[in-house]
Amino acid sequence: MRKSLSSKWAKVVVFALSTWPLLFIIWRTVRGELTANPVEFYQHQTGDWTLRFLVFALCITPFRKILGLPELIRFRRMLGLFAFFYVCLHFLTYLGPDQSFSFSGMLQDVAKRPFITVGFAAFVLLIPLAITSTAGWIRRLGGKRWQMLHRAIYVAAVLGVVHYYWLVKSDIRKPAFYGVVVGILLAWRIWSWTAKKKEPATATVRQAHPARSA
Amino acid sequence: MLIKSKSGSELTQADVTPKDLYLNRRRFLQGLGIAGAAAVAGERLYSAFAPEIVQAGTKLTTVKTAYTVDEKISSMNDVTHYNNFYEFGADKGDPAKNAQKFRTSPWTVSVEGEIKTPRKFSMDEIVKLAPLEERIYRHRCVERWSIVVPWIGYSLSTILKLVEPTPKAKYVAFQSFFDHNEMPDAKYTGLDYPYVEGLRLDEAMHPLTLLSVVAYAVTKTNQDGAPVRMVIPWKYGYKSIKSIVKIKLQGSEPPTTWNRQAPTEYGFYSNVNPNVDHPRWSQATERRLGDIFMRKTLMFNGYADQVASLYAGMDLKKFH
Repeated sequence: MRKSLSSKWAKVVVFALSTWPLLFIIWRTVRGELTANPVEFYQHQTGDWTLRFLVFALCITPFRKILGLPELIRFRRMLGLFAFFYVCLHFLTYLGPDQSFSFSGMLQDVAKRPFITVGFAAFVLLIPLAITSTAGWIRRLGGKRWQMLHRAIYVAAVLGVVHYYWLVKSDIRKPAFYGVVVGILLAWRIWSWTAKKKEPATATVRQAHPARSA
Repeated sequence: MLIKSKSGSELTQADVTPKDLYLNRRRFLQGLGIAGAAAVAGERLYSAFAPEIVQAGTKLTTVKTAYTVDEKISSMNDVTHYNNFYEFGADKGDPAKNAQKFRTSPWTVSVEGEIKTPRKFSMDEIVKLAPLEERIYRHRCVERWSIVVPWIGYSLSTILKLVEPTPKAKYVAFQSFFDHNEMPDAKYTGLDYPYVEGLRLDEAMHPLTLLSVVAYAVTKTNQDGAPVRMVIPWKYGYKSIKSIVKIKLQGSEPPTTWNRQAPTEYGFYSNVNPNVDHPRWSQATERRLGDIFMRKTLMFNGYADQVASLYAGMDLKKFH
């Protein structure tokens, strides 16, 4: 298991799997199977996959620790960048069809609608994370500051769930599901931080690899 | 098997259905895999399996009326596969899948309350009560999508006049059919059932307020509210209650399902109004199914000339 996770092909496989939602959307487009409301289809698909990739990225650290598979860290940046890729598409489906590419109309909407405000805020928060995802930026910022910055993903994930929750009219099962998953992933971090404070030995290990343990 | 022709007339679908709709329906059936069998066994067997068409007895002839808009009719496939009918599930595609086995026959509608002659109507009686009109209406959902649908029916006022409301009648309450066993997905949708709706009596008596038995001249579109539903074109779609079993006239304002679920978001009146936003989104624009970009929403969904007087002097923001 650990050997295959370390293989250079593992990244290729994860990358290929991560493009599957995009290929699915393209496939449905080519076949003309876009439901009666194609714009909504694109918006929901890209929105769903943004949340899913945020969850995947947030799963990496707990899974590394719980399963004892530190190699999983190799995939975190890629998963985070795919979340950003799908949120960009999601944003374009809003800016284009909904706002007719009018930035002023969009900003008015962002200011007025909490549902849009939180979604937009989550998108904006992810932009610096995507930019600073390279090794060069980790060096430039320093591990500790980089890690602080990248904790913004917690906020983005919560805002994303709220955005989804405010979208639905009465069947809240799907946003509630994401809420529970994100809640568990954040609760695990709080639990592990408090546990670490009691055990200074582990804290030292953490400091040795600051960029690798958010 | 909703509307049976009791006469022996053997009119085919083609005799009573505009050809483009007929062809459209054919494609629809092919999609369901029914047409293959029909092709083999001929028109008679085809009729037995196909969604029944309103048979053209003299009383069932549809006539175009003044209450129609000259706009491009939405594709039937869209209108029958993109539905809010929460009894059959909250996803737009759910009703088309889950409503197919829904039994719409036999069916009776009980008309009761503050009227001189309470009575039950069978569907057969309902379709024969008045000449059926084909009315092409704009339909605007509160979720900001819209369609244009050829409904078949007549003004609700026809039935209301027949049962003679008493002076105490000020409102009309409607109730949908509900059955846990036939609608198992309803329990996940977060609404209370049965679905209820209501209108002020003058709204209910307005000639635009349509009691519809059919859309696209196809009777077996269960997901669109068969066998009998309301269509109130100047109000958001959820006011147009589906699969009605009870109509009650009463003195007090009846509760309505979406208003009970979220009173600040869905008012009793729910008139289409581009100037009064839903708390979570603007109502100034809408997307016509088939379009990419949004279009401007019209006051009272474009029916202001006919209905604005019903609300003269009212604060439409307060009474949203």
